[in-house]
Amino acid sequence: MADRKVTIIGSGPAGLTAALYTARANLKPLLVEGLEAGGQLMLTTMVDNWPGFRDGIMGPDLMTEMRAQAERFGAEVMQGNVTKVDLQNRPFTLAFANGKSITTDALIIATGASARWLEIGSDRKLSGHGVSTCATCDGYFFRGRPIAVVGGGDSAMEEAIYLTRFASKVTVVHRRDALRASKIMQDKAFANPKIEFIWDSEVADVLDEGKGEVTGIVVRNLKTGHQTTLPLDGIFIAIGHTPNTSLFEGQIDLDANGYIRTQSGTKTNVAGVFAAGDVQDHIYRQAITAAGSGCMAAIDAERYVEGMSDHHAGEAALQTTS
Amino acid sequence: MASEKVKTFTDNNFDDETSKGVVLVDFWAEWCGPCRRLAPTVDALASEFDGRATVAKLNVDENPNVPGRYAVRGIPTLLLFKEGQLAETIVGLRAKEDIAQMIERHLGA
Repeated sequence: MADRKVTIIGSGPAGLTAALYTARANLKPLLVEGLEAGGQLMLTTMVDNWPGFRDGIMGPDLMTEMRAQAERFGAEVMQGNVTKVDLQNRPFTLAFANGKSITTDALIIATGASARWLEIGSDRKLSGHGVSTCATCDGYFFRGRPIAVVGGGDSAMEEAIYLTRFASKVTVVHRRDALRASKIMQDKAFANPKIEFIWDSEVADVLDEGKGEVTGIVVRNLKTGHQTTLPLDGIFIAIGHTPNTSLFEGQIDLDANGYIRTQSGTKTNVAGVFAAGDVQDHIYRQAITAAGSGCMAAIDAERYVEGMSDHHAGEAALQTTS
Repeated sequence: MASEKVKTFTDNNFDDETSKGVVLVDFWAEWCGPCRRLAPTVDALASEFDGRATVAKLNVDENPNVPGRYAVRGIPTLLLFKEGQLAETIVGLRAKEDIAQMIERHLGA
């Protein structure tokens, strides 16, 4: 007997919706929060595209509600981090950072994606000292100071606009000559007098590692190769996300970018293992699509677990008749 | 709610409070989502190291000087002091076990 029928890893909209549905199906799910509990919405402010809240809702508040709703129906939310999984043997085994482990019949992976770094070395080293991937956390430290935002998508524009509350000037550095962001976000950003744009350029270096804080960035124009140094106090990186799948490498099918491959709903190539949310979706990446796929994974897992018990019941029936 | 074992540091008492022994300080603010996530971990560490190491929080909103001095421009940040000297810096979220190991390392040496 496995310790759990269903275990869910991850506590963003996908994981918590999966927990809500499996709890309501009486499967008494265990949800392991992970280090970045609550997921990416914990780093946002107002969410205006979650249906049902006509005036918007704060991201962290939405996650608190989702969690409470899942718990109301008996989902058990566990603080902690899965450090190792065994998906080759059944039931599946999950090991935690505290040295303990549990077994589960079905597993729903909803580990999401984390902010991508520039991977130029200096950005990581100066993390917390002027380099940030979270505008809502760290914008406060840049009151009246010039900063840069790297990226051209919706998240980058949202961060740039948000940061104008604090910063004296926000320079957006983008690799292309046009933004990827939605029209509404572009219009907002272009209309903001505090935001300037540097096109066709990438950040070649973040200064100054020796001083232990950000004093500027080196920007390279990708068309001309020309480099310029921009003095500023902070740089916010919003160039997309990487799926959190290193835990599962070699055990389930991943695509070239590390996303979990799913088929006919939320099934992975391992029977009994399902994936939902950003960990398997590089196209839509919305809170509502993550929640939707979390619901699908819950229903898929429920059917799988039911199938297992039918199978066992069948075996038991055969044994009694023989 | 913060555990009562977690001390509250301010710009005023910071130097006194960090001058002796091993002291872990959590730099945080109300509006920081990840700080809220780290709070239960800090609470648990305070209980775990009760009597052996000091675990404290410093609100960066109310106390701008100390964060400025240590170039803290991102939260949550954990700074570990040993006998008044800055010994370790952790930026962002980290598993409780990792932080505990770090504290142990400085207690042992």
